[in-house]
Amino acid sequence: MVEKKGISYWLTHAGLTSGVLILFFPLWLAFVASTVTNEEVIHPPMPLWPGDKLVENYSRALIKGDSGQTSASVARMLLNTSIVAIGIAVGKIAISFTSAFAIVFFRFPAKNIFFWLIFLTLMLPVEVRILPTYEVVASFGLLNTYSGLIFPLIASATATFLFRQFFMTVPDEIIEAARIDGAKPMRFFIDILIPISRTNIAALFIIMFIYGWNQFLWPLLMTTDTSMNTVIMGVEQMIGGQDDVTPWPVVMAASIMAMLPPIIVVVSMQKLFIRGLTDSEK
Amino acid sequence: MEKRVHFKGWFLPVLLIAPQLFITAVFFFYPAGTAIWWSLFNPDPFGLNTKFVGLANFEFLFSDPYYKESFYTTAIFSVLVTFFSMGLALFLAVLADRLIKGAGIYKTLLIWPYAVAPAIAGILWMFLFDTRTGLISWYLGLMGYDWNHLLNHNEAMGLVVIVSTWSRVSYNFLFFLAGLQAIPKSIIEAAAIDGARFWRRFLTIVFPLLSPITFFLVVMNIVYAFFDTFGVIHTITKGGPGQSTTILVYKVYSDGFVGLDLGSSAAQSVILLVIVGILTILQFKFVEKRVHY
Repeated sequence: MVEKKGISYWLTHAGLTSGVLILFFPLWLAFVASTVTNEEVIHPPMPLWPGDKLVENYSRALIKGDSGQTSASVARMLLNTSIVAIGIAVGKIAISFTSAFAIVFFRFPAKNIFFWLIFLTLMLPVEVRILPTYEVVASFGLLNTYSGLIFPLIASATATFLFRQFFMTVPDEIIEAARIDGAKPMRFFIDILIPISRTNIAALFIIMFIYGWNQFLWPLLMTTDTSMNTVIMGVEQMIGGQDDVTPWPVVMAASIMAMLPPIIVVVSMQKLFIRGLTDSEK
Repeated sequence: MEKRVHFKGWFLPVLLIAPQLFITAVFFFYPAGTAIWWSLFNPDPFGLNTKFVGLANFEFLFSDPYYKESFYTTAIFSVLVTFFSMGLALFLAVLADRLIKGAGIYKTLLIWPYAVAPAIAGILWMFLFDTRTGLISWYLGLMGYDWNHLLNHNEAMGLVVIVSTWSRVSYNFLFFLAGLQAIPKSIIEAAAIDGARFWRRFLTIVFPLLSPITFFLVVMNIVYAFFDTFGVIHTITKGGPGQSTTILVYKVYSDGFVGLDLGSSAAQSVILLVIVGILTILQFKFVEKRVHY
């Protein structure tokens, strides 16, 4: 509303632009590093403008990883990460949607106990119970499996809480009408509840997808077999220790590929993403 | 809050709730219970010689200078990250809120770092600050400043704070912008007509109206700094040099998985559990307050 093209107008744009530039700065240099040779990177200062090795570095990362010493190919890691991220998003939405349906639309014995048992898990990250969870997963023989990567991460109530809040806003008249029409609960569930929840489900899917994609500590502990590595932890493993030479261009190409899918999701589905974020955290 | 109208039957709802209950029991309650149980014992990693020690693990922790230092490190780290990421985000949100045209483009350009995993953010920045080849450390060297976050405690802390802030600004920006846009323009205009300048309007009207969101964000950012920054710390400093960036959650990991001190690690988990519990209660109080507006 203070939209005059005076000095404050230009200062506003200058401030925002510097914010944008600060955020883009490391991304740009990572991109540049992914398009040049390692020679150019390790003799500072590194170039500030892209070179001509883009195809070479990206295809090497995708197909070979870090020349096959300690890591799987990035293609394999991207596949693993997609399976895990989609598994977490779908799994979490499925179990929370049905349990929120049961909690809100039914009255049954011990309902409150179930309710509180589930809600105790709110906000408690997997990092806190990491060692015992590792033991549980190991005793089931689920180390280095997709199930082991997915299930411990869907044991939280944030999504249940969100669906419960939303279901509470469904007018009683709709349920009454459904009952008078003789609709069975599952009819109501499929024909009414799922259609009216579509946007919420989509918004939550985006948040859970990003959450699943960006997991680091859990896959780091869980996947000793490199072919099960996810891309976030896999890229970290490509970096050599103090004395090793890190193949920076390949690592940076892998980093770019690791962050691109969630960035694309956030930017292209911005409205749903923001809705999911504000819903799921409030 | 309860609905007036319900479906009948108990079998179906129990069936519907069973999957979540099962997963929560196996992957949440059992491990959390085990953590509490282990915290009372002194198990060795091979399970041969476990003995009950009561609260000795906790007593040891609270008298352990390393653990106290880790508490102190966590406090400094989370205060700095919360302060800088919220301050920068509020600044950008206030600017974006002033625009009628173009706010959407800036929003798109400012939110993408939310999608970058903290571990990847760590890799991007440690590449720039690499002591031998990093661009920024090279320029600092040119200016006569010898950057080495692998040796210097303050530089290590500074770097993990910068990276964690960078990766958190988007989140705070979105919430602040939503909060600012929800303030009725008529209130601001009335104040403007009464002659209140921008800063005065901000301090006396806008900021107080934002306080519920600010409080919410303080809690969420503390939780973020406590747990989600694991990836940043693991990629950049691995808790070092010395213990200078070993925050509590990193200590649970390094004592448990690297040091194989299960009893101590479990006791630390329990302490974290309590801290998160307190934060969750604070958060719930806040949600209630909002509902009763």
